Amino acid sequence: MRRGEPLDFIAYIRDHPEQFRELLLEHVRLVGFSVLIAILIAIPLAVLTTRLAWFERPMTWIANVGQTVPSLAILGLTLPLLGIGFRPALFALTIKAVLPIFLNTVIGIRGVDRAIVDAARGMGTSDRQLLWFVELPLASPVMFAGIQTATVQNIGLATLAAYIGGGGFGDWILQGLAMVNPPILLAGAVPVAVLAMSTEMILRGVRRVIVPAGLTVT
Amino acid sequence: MFYLFEQPERVFELTLEHIRLVGISVLAATLIGVPVGILCTRIRWLESPILNLSGILYTIPSLAFFAILIPYTGLGASTATIALTLYSLLAIIRNTIAGIDDVPRATLDAARGMGMTGRQRLFLVELPLAIPVIFAGIRVATMAAIGIAVIAAVIGAGGLGRLIFDGLRTLDADQVLAGAIMATVLALVGDWALKRLGDALRRDAGAAAEGR
Amino acid sequence: MSPLWAGVSLITLEHVSKNFDSPSGSVRAVEDVSFEVDAGALHVLIGPSGSGKTTTMRMINRLETISEGTITINGRDVRDLDVVELRRAIGYVIQQGGLFPHFTVADNVAVVPRLLGWPRARRRQRAEELLALVGLPPKQFADRFPRQLSGGQQQRVGVARALAADPPIILMDEPFGAVDPITRKQLQRELRRIQAEVQKTIVFVTHDIGEAFLLGDRIVLMAEGRIVQNGTPADLLRNPASPFVTEFIGEDRSLRALQHTYLAELAGSRPDGVPDDVPILAGTLSIPQAGQELARHDRSNREGFLVSDVSGRPSGYLTYQQLATVLGESIAPAETMTSAEAAPDPEAAHVLPV
Repeated sequence: MRRGEPLDFIAYIRDHPEQFRELLLEHVRLVGFSVLIAILIAIPLAVLTTRLAWFERPMTWIANVGQTVPSLAILGLTLPLLGIGFRPALFALTIKAVLPIFLNTVIGIRGVDRAIVDAARGMGTSDRQLLWFVELPLASPVMFAGIQTATVQNIGLATLAAYIGGGGFGDWILQGLAMVNPPILLAGAVPVAVLAMSTEMILRGVRRVIVPAGLTVT
Repeated sequence: MFYLFEQPERVFELTLEHIRLVGISVLAATLIGVPVGILCTRIRWLESPILNLSGILYTIPSLAFFAILIPYTGLGASTATIALTLYSLLAIIRNTIAGIDDVPRATLDAARGMGMTGRQRLFLVELPLAIPVIFAGIRVATMAAIGIAVIAAVIGAGGLGRLIFDGLRTLDADQVLAGAIMATVLALVGDWALKRLGDALRRDAGAAAEGR
Repeated sequence: MSPLWAGVSLITLEHVSKNFDSPSGSVRAVEDVSFEVDAGALHVLIGPSGSGKTTTMRMINRLETISEGTITINGRDVRDLDVVELRRAIGYVIQQGGLFPHFTVADNVAVVPRLLGWPRARRRQRAEELLALVGLPPKQFADRFPRQLSGGQQQRVGVARALAADPPIILMDEPFGAVDPITRKQLQRELRRIQAEVQKTIVFVTHDIGEAFLLGDRIVLMAEGRIVQNGTPADLLRNPASPFVTEFIGEDRSLRALQHTYLAELAGSRPDGVPDDVPILAGTLSIPQAGQELARHDRSNREGFLVSDVSGRPSGYLTYQQLATVLGESIAPAETMTSAEAAPDPEAAHVLPV
């Protein structure tokens, strides 16, 4: 590993601005779409799970086992099924993002104080009102933490998506590894690391803001 | 699937390699993380910067982390071990602090009242009572490490990831599948075994607490 | 006023039973319970834990299904009513308030009006009215969040919330169980004042016999899913249906708090026309001792008993009603022991800090 000083990666990025923008866009698109789709799948599924007693055990079991499956294994498993490209990558990332959002939504709703739910039902809230007035607002901090986990985790996973032709910064890392070229390697790695860390910090800030008033006061 | 049966020896070898990589990393992280966690409970202002730092480290995608280390530590298992150790620190430090903080005040007061020194309190009271929580942290760290170690194959660290990456490169779906399945099985078995071990530890700690 | 049952609100339970399914088979939680709650009266359901009192109450607004028997309100079977409408027409107060932590105090009070679709301005007005009623100045409290309130204050909000849509019936499930004894006493007095003002039909679950004596127009004592006795507080002292009743009353810590209060301090002078065959108790007996002593006498059809003075003459007299009131007030004995009347001072409740 001596071809070029590692810190030359800045120069490499500067020399390839078009490609950099393209990889960033691909990366963000992969993460954004997968998390968005995952939210749309996971939250209704979680609500349903808390409504149907028999559904809860198998669903949380599946989700917990799913969490244990190594992410690369999920990517690996989609290859024989869906081939290579953006869509299989999106599929794998979506599956991986559904799990934490689903689990956190179930935990969030289950975690709402029994007394509060009891009071709400005793006052005559319909099931739908109970969900919208009480359960979802009170579960929202935990749910958002799940979305945060999914997003940051998928920024990393999207790097691996390059292996099945999903694009993103993983392309440069892959190229850098293949060519044993540290500047290219780091031109992919450093932006991804920065993207993940800054997203984590931004979402932490957002979480503080969106917590319903009343939960944070003392 | 057939790959598993065609090349059982290679699969077995890679599984051992995987376990070794994870084992060494988590062991190193435990040897570093527990003392650091204890330090945080003694010097309180250290807690927040250390947890924040390891928390941020934890968000760095593993492939990027490996890539950043490569120019300095080269390809191979040692780079993977460094990264895996650093990743594992967060859960272990956090749980060590939580475990020690969870020890009831009354128990500590009693220990102090009996004339125990700070060191005696730590080794006779705080750590034994914190072990179940610390172990839960080790379990979380191990599970994460099993997953990340799969990716470490890309930098030549060996392990079950080899099967997946080799398979991807040669478009051999069978080999990819074999790697994915074995990695999943290893994770599930590991999770189950560590959970059992954790339960046993908790029972022991509970029995010890009752017997006291 | 709820359109569901404007006017009188009589609750009737007839042969009501409740089975719970458990892994080890069906468990009978409530067994053949029948009683009536008169309109405008406060009925206390009391008993040890597991006696089925809460389950019985929760069947009225159908938070629990009714396994057998019938519950009617103003003659209408609760099962024939839409469950959501039924619950909106019944106020509900639970331990620790069950307030929504993400709603302001005013929004919490106005939950049911909101469910009923009242316009915002009217909801706000109603919330402020009720906060004032329960002793929480709206200017100060309306826009706070539950976490910024003490336990007692939260409980007041819980009561205000139950009154919001002016339901004629209110169910209260150990509403003051989670607050400290002094605050609890305040809240109990406040509730009595509010009840005098609003005249609701209230079913009140508690395990605190002092609370039952203080608040209940009638007390339904339950054990192991069955009614042991249903009567006025004085009935329970005068005609305990079984040794269990005496024991249950006697075991309560509020009664133990009275072990240094003696009959002579409470008894008024003997009125004319008290028959000679009523029990005579020594004035030197403490209240708990008196309870045990009374258990040995036939107390049927008597309003009270005679209390002898130091020279042994039966010159004093105490009614069971007075004794019950004393028991109800017992947690703060200093305020009420001076007078055998033990009349609650309605002003006193307002002076107490919130």
